[in-house]
Amino acid sequence: MLAWTIYLSFGGALLIALFTQGRPQMARALALVTALGGLILAVLAFFTQSGVAPIVDAAWIPAMGIRYTLSADGISRVLVLLTGFAAVAGVLFSWNIDRRVNEFFGFYLALIGGVYGVFLSADLFLFFVFYEVAIVPKYFLIAIWGSTRREYGAMKLALYSFLGSAMVLVGLLAAYAISGGHTLNLAALQQFAFPVSFQMWAFPLVFLGFAILAGIWPLHTWAPTGHVAAPTAASMLLAGVVMKLGAYGCLRVAMTLFPHGLDPWGWSFLGIGSWRAVFALLAVIGIVYGAAVALIQNDFKFVIGYSSVSHMGLVLLGLMSLSQIGLDGAVLQMFSHGVLAGLLFATVGRIVYERTHTRDLSALSRMHLSRTLPFAAWLFVLAGMASMGLPGFSGFIAELQVLIGAWAAFPVFTVIAGVGIVVGVAYTWRAMQKAFFSDAPAGSSPSALSLPSQELHVFDPITWAEKAGVVLLLAASLAVGLAPRLLLDQITPAVLALPHTLLTGGRL
Amino acid sequence: MTAAAYGNLFSILWPESILEIVSLVILVVDLGWMRGETTATRMRVASLLGSIGAVLSFAWLEMHVGIASVMGGALVSSPTVVAAQSCILILTTLVLLLGLSVRFTRNPGEYVALVLLATTGMMLVAAARDLLIIFVALEMLSLSLYVLAAFAKDSAASAEAALKYYLFGGMSAAFMLFGFSYLYGLTGTTSLSAIAASLAIAPLTPLALVALVLAAVGLGFKVAAVPFHLWAPDTYLGAPAPVAALIASGSKVASFAVLIAVTAALVPAWGWTATLLCMAAASIVLGNLSALVQSSVRRILACSAIAHAGYMLLGIAAHTLAGDQSVMTYAVTYALTTVGAFGVVAIVERSAGSDRLDAFAGLSARSPLLAATLLVFLLSLAGIPPLVGFWVKFQMFAAVLRAPLASGWGLGLVMLAIAGSAVSLYYYLQVLKRAYVTPAVISAPLKVTRLELFLLVAIAVAVVLLGIFPDMLMQWIPAV
Amino acid sequence: MSHVLSFLTALPVAGAVLAGLAGARARMIALAVSLIALAGSVWIWFSVGTVGRMVFVERSVWVPDLGIEYHLGVDGLGAMMLVLAALVTVISLFASRSVLRQPGLYFGLVLLLEAGLFGTFTALNFFHWFLYWELSLIPAFFLIRLWGGPRRGPAATQFFVYTMVGSVALLLSFLALFVATGGMDFLALAQLASTGELHRLVEAHLGHLEMLLACGVLLGFAVKVPLMPFHTWLPETYAEAPTAITILLTGAMSKMGVYGLIRIALPIFGRELFALRGELLTLAVLTVVAGAWAAVVQKDLKRIFAYSSINHLGYCLLALFAVLLPTAGDPARTLSASAALDGAILQIFNHGLTAATIFWFLCMLEERSKGALLLDDFGGLRKKVPVFCGLMGIALFSSLGLPGLNGFVSEFLIFRGVFPLAWQAATVAVLGLLITAAVILTVLQRVFSGPLRDRWSAMPDLTLTERVAVAPALVLMLLLGLVPQILLGVINPTVLHLIDGWRF
Repeated sequence: MLAWTIYLSFGGALLIALFTQGRPQMARALALVTALGGLILAVLAFFTQSGVAPIVDAAWIPAMGIRYTLSADGISRVLVLLTGFAAVAGVLFSWNIDRRVNEFFGFYLALIGGVYGVFLSADLFLFFVFYEVAIVPKYFLIAIWGSTRREYGAMKLALYSFLGSAMVLVGLLAAYAISGGHTLNLAALQQFAFPVSFQMWAFPLVFLGFAILAGIWPLHTWAPTGHVAAPTAASMLLAGVVMKLGAYGCLRVAMTLFPHGLDPWGWSFLGIGSWRAVFALLAVIGIVYGAAVALIQNDFKFVIGYSSVSHMGLVLLGLMSLSQIGLDGAVLQMFSHGVLAGLLFATVGRIVYERTHTRDLSALSRMHLSRTLPFAAWLFVLAGMASMGLPGFSGFIAELQVLIGAWAAFPVFTVIAGVGIVVGVAYTWRAMQKAFFSDAPAGSSPSALSLPSQELHVFDPITWAEKAGVVLLLAASLAVGLAPRLLLDQITPAVLALPHTLLTGGRL
Repeated sequence: MTAAAYGNLFSILWPESILEIVSLVILVVDLGWMRGETTATRMRVASLLGSIGAVLSFAWLEMHVGIASVMGGALVSSPTVVAAQSCILILTTLVLLLGLSVRFTRNPGEYVALVLLATTGMMLVAAARDLLIIFVALEMLSLSLYVLAAFAKDSAASAEAALKYYLFGGMSAAFMLFGFSYLYGLTGTTSLSAIAASLAIAPLTPLALVALVLAAVGLGFKVAAVPFHLWAPDTYLGAPAPVAALIASGSKVASFAVLIAVTAALVPAWGWTATLLCMAAASIVLGNLSALVQSSVRRILACSAIAHAGYMLLGIAAHTLAGDQSVMTYAVTYALTTVGAFGVVAIVERSAGSDRLDAFAGLSARSPLLAATLLVFLLSLAGIPPLVGFWVKFQMFAAVLRAPLASGWGLGLVMLAIAGSAVSLYYYLQVLKRAYVTPAVISAPLKVTRLELFLLVAIAVAVVLLGIFPDMLMQWIPAV
Repeated sequence: MSHVLSFLTALPVAGAVLAGLAGARARMIALAVSLIALAGSVWIWFSVGTVGRMVFVERSVWVPDLGIEYHLGVDGLGAMMLVLAALVTVISLFASRSVLRQPGLYFGLVLLLEAGLFGTFTALNFFHWFLYWELSLIPAFFLIRLWGGPRRGPAATQFFVYTMVGSVALLLSFLALFVATGGMDFLALAQLASTGELHRLVEAHLGHLEMLLACGVLLGFAVKVPLMPFHTWLPETYAEAPTAITILLTGAMSKMGVYGLIRIALPIFGRELFALRGELLTLAVLTVVAGAWAAVVQKDLKRIFAYSSINHLGYCLLALFAVLLPTAGDPARTLSASAALDGAILQIFNHGLTAATIFWFLCMLEERSKGALLLDDFGGLRKKVPVFCGLMGIALFSSLGLPGLNGFVSEFLIFRGVFPLAWQAATVAVLGLLITAAVILTVLQRVFSGPLRDRWSAMPDLTLTERVAVAPALVLMLLLGLVPQILLGVINPTVLHLIDGWRF
């Protein structure tokens, strides 16, 4: 059933690209239908399946032992669900695209199809194919429909992505060669005992390759520029699902295939004695650094862009905790961040920017948006609260688990991550105040209790598509925040099925 | 040699003979009856005849797939050789048909005849397993191409291209012949298999090393590997588009086919692998880096061709069945993609008068389908799945890593190659950026003939389909 | 019946939605809802009786993997906090008469804040306790941010970020506790702590981190109360917040910190805090004395009472830190400890009531003075508005600790308990009493006496409505001053039960 999410998306992309030229409304409708179809399939599968559900397994390139194998476990289903949400919301928030509409949705759905494919692939070759397929449309979405320095941002993103996938490809080829070249099936390779010395270099290579796409510090710089340059829907997908591809690859490929790469080196420098410690350190630096940089940005989208770096740091920290609860948290955080980053980008890039035509916080602070665009203001408050990890939303429960996992593994890093979270509160609040709740610097400052007298901008009303997208994402975050078992019931068995060594990391 | 032996010879040389005959027919027809017609008509007739010849030759080949050899193994036929030859014929046909509307000559008959002669040379090269035959066939190929490169008589660039190509080519041919003569002197034979046997037991001598290096010069020139690559950018730039396409495609396939055969003979000698690897590494690095700064699409394709030659040399150096197979699939699909890319370049040039990056601005608005084919070609060259360019890279690098011979260097050079292809994305995207992102300077729709569009779309579809179902490719070009 | 506490918490949320939609009539709705909530909490208070244990317990599994349960319950302490929160909310709503801009939003937020307070005082599992703890911040933030004084922006941010720093420290500590024990239930953790098992578990799972964790939790509460030197956000915030909201901040929100110390920090980390007793007592004394002294030098009435609030809560802290002594088998010490703790809990209520009333009066004064609240602005008001001055005087004397009014009882109990346990600290803290007296008397003198300024010659006295509204609060002060047993009767069993479970 889930395989149809892939076919549907690619089919939709092809249909839209070929047959809807000059008929934008039809392209939009078709894209919405396609994305909704994917979401419905994802939801159905999410609620009806459990455990590892094989989907397709067919011979593909017999000479090299490569098979077309799709299967889904709990983690896949959660991320497919996320993709479904992000896809639908993205279409809704790009309803106002009016230039080269059919191309836009063509690229858009091709990207979605690739993402679905990655989350469902059980063969490494297939995985990699989808992984790359997901990257290319990104470039065009940003370069053609983007804004600030779009060509630069798009190129940077494409090159970083390919640097990452080149590293992955090397590791993948090496694993294929070493295991005898019979198969690239993930489960089969997992059974193969790769020499520890090989894992020791293959793991960091592949992990880092994927982690680039997950925005690991210091290779994160593509993320903010890419996010800022991208059109809203692309930012939403970029932060919402594409960064998840990286994190998912880290877990599914790097950690699962080369678990011994996480073992201690036998020597240590400044307390860093294994790749696990190295990546945990980078993750923590990312958390704090991303938040700190977000604190001083004056472009609203950059704030959100850097916040993504910070939040993805939590995912990586959760992965490196090597405990069931930390990994649970990492996957949950992927979902949560996917939804929330989407929401934030939609608010900033679509709802606010399309009306005010500026993302400059100082300029926005003169527009009294809390009164002229109360919907956006309160939406950002909610999304910001969720994103900074206030309880009740999905972000909190994910953060909670990641930090629990981290406590058991690296107490010092955990405390530093705590600092990052505080800074996260600070930048969210700062951005919110500057953008929406700023006091009028011009004119007399009216008494706080009386009505203001100065003239206010009048902005277009909020459209139905925007409202629908907001409700969808907010509801997803709230549902998970209040009933995390919805996702955890899927995630936990899948995490427990990971190689034993990934769950017994213990204290670093 | 007896008459029977000649008959035997013909048994595998029919395809080449058909081409020879057709090329003569074309000359006769063109010069005899068509002189009064317009150049366009003459071009059409000649190209059509040439294509028919190629198709006939192709048909014969496909009906006679098998293992055969004549003249004591100097010329062979095997499924691999046939596949290479068939591919060369397909490429030639595509080049001829895509070149129909390219105006660069008043002598279409001679042009087509020369193309067919060059093709004959290529096919012979692919089948040759004897030093002398190899040399003769390579010269047949080269001489035709020298002339073809200069065929746009009004264009100074074309003359320059041809001159450079000729000077470098002549020089390297001389070196190669010199090297071959040493090899003969060392082993007392010109047959590759005999040389292999002899080198395997011979002690290493400085003379052998010199011979190898000299032989490498000639072959390196043909595949445009660093440091024998200097002709490539200017020739790609100056030669008429169809000729450049032929140089970049068919000639490459033939050269790699013979390189595989030569490697099989020379690999026992210490130094051959090292020579190949040096060339490969240098080509990957220099090719990719020099492509970064080009502003002419043809030159980008030329520089990238150097890099691709570098990747393929890795596969050759691995020297396993899987490696050889992957080199052939790589060369064939690379050639196909390049012909497609040159086809698009030719169409753009015809409209804008230039192949500079800016000429591609707004291509997607002017002709969405053409832009889409360019997208497919360039992304395939960059090695993006699910296009065939990714698959062949994957297959080749996997083969290299698994090769026993490559245990020492395989990983390092594969890393270099993969890094190189990551870099290559940048310059391919530079072209695609113009095509898709930059707004059009000229907004008029691009004039593309139906045939061109059909052929390009067909190539693009092939690139996609072969990428999705690479098994077809692997069965067509088997590992034996 | 069994879901009383959930209903009580849900009531203001529903009210908030209603108020948000009602627009101009929001205040009436909010008042009605808050009065119902007050009635409910009083009923709960009387139902708790003298049991001392948790009653009205609700418990259901939520996220088993994370040891998260929905666990509610109140004892005497919790019930008193509920009454206080409800009472202060009512006062605040009465005081917010002059809110013109976006009344729906304003009153909705106030009710949400009340819900957050109710939730915090009834939750017994860290997860949803933290949820309410954090969510109560949001309405408070916006109430300050949107309706506050001229420097409301920085003040609100400072308030929010400071509190969040504490919250994150708290969160991290509790997550570490979860790693060690696999649970987040306050009562269960306290049980583990009282047997010494907690210490061992933390040691086994995390190493020597228990002191760090204790400090994390302490920081969370210390910022909220505040304990000096974590108080710097407070004066600015109290001064910039609309006065009606300052009522909520000082009357109820600052009590969340004290409550947290009693309910969470002392039972769970008693051992570690015991090791810090000397330092903590020093800080508490500093809070008492320096808080009072800072009030002396202020010019703004709101700031004066802001610092005075710090001072008053300092007594609570003094008592709480003083009882950090092993009491088992020592009847005299147990008696002192229970007296100190009784006093501290009573002080929570009394200060909440008194401070809320004082700020209410300030609110009415502000309305009459068109926003002026500087000490120098006033003088001789007694001649012009005698009823106002008389009634506010009662509240001020309560704050000063005049015998017969409620403030005296709790402060007396605190000193009665603390002297035997930590006489040095108590001695120095007496200084605070004296300075406070000086401050209050100065206010009385500067505002009510002296020559009347011309600009106030037309100041109206309290209307009948206002008098009626204020009266119950003042009556309550008097009542509690004369018959403290009303509260102590319920508090004392709870205190004995608590002390019984604590091991230092």
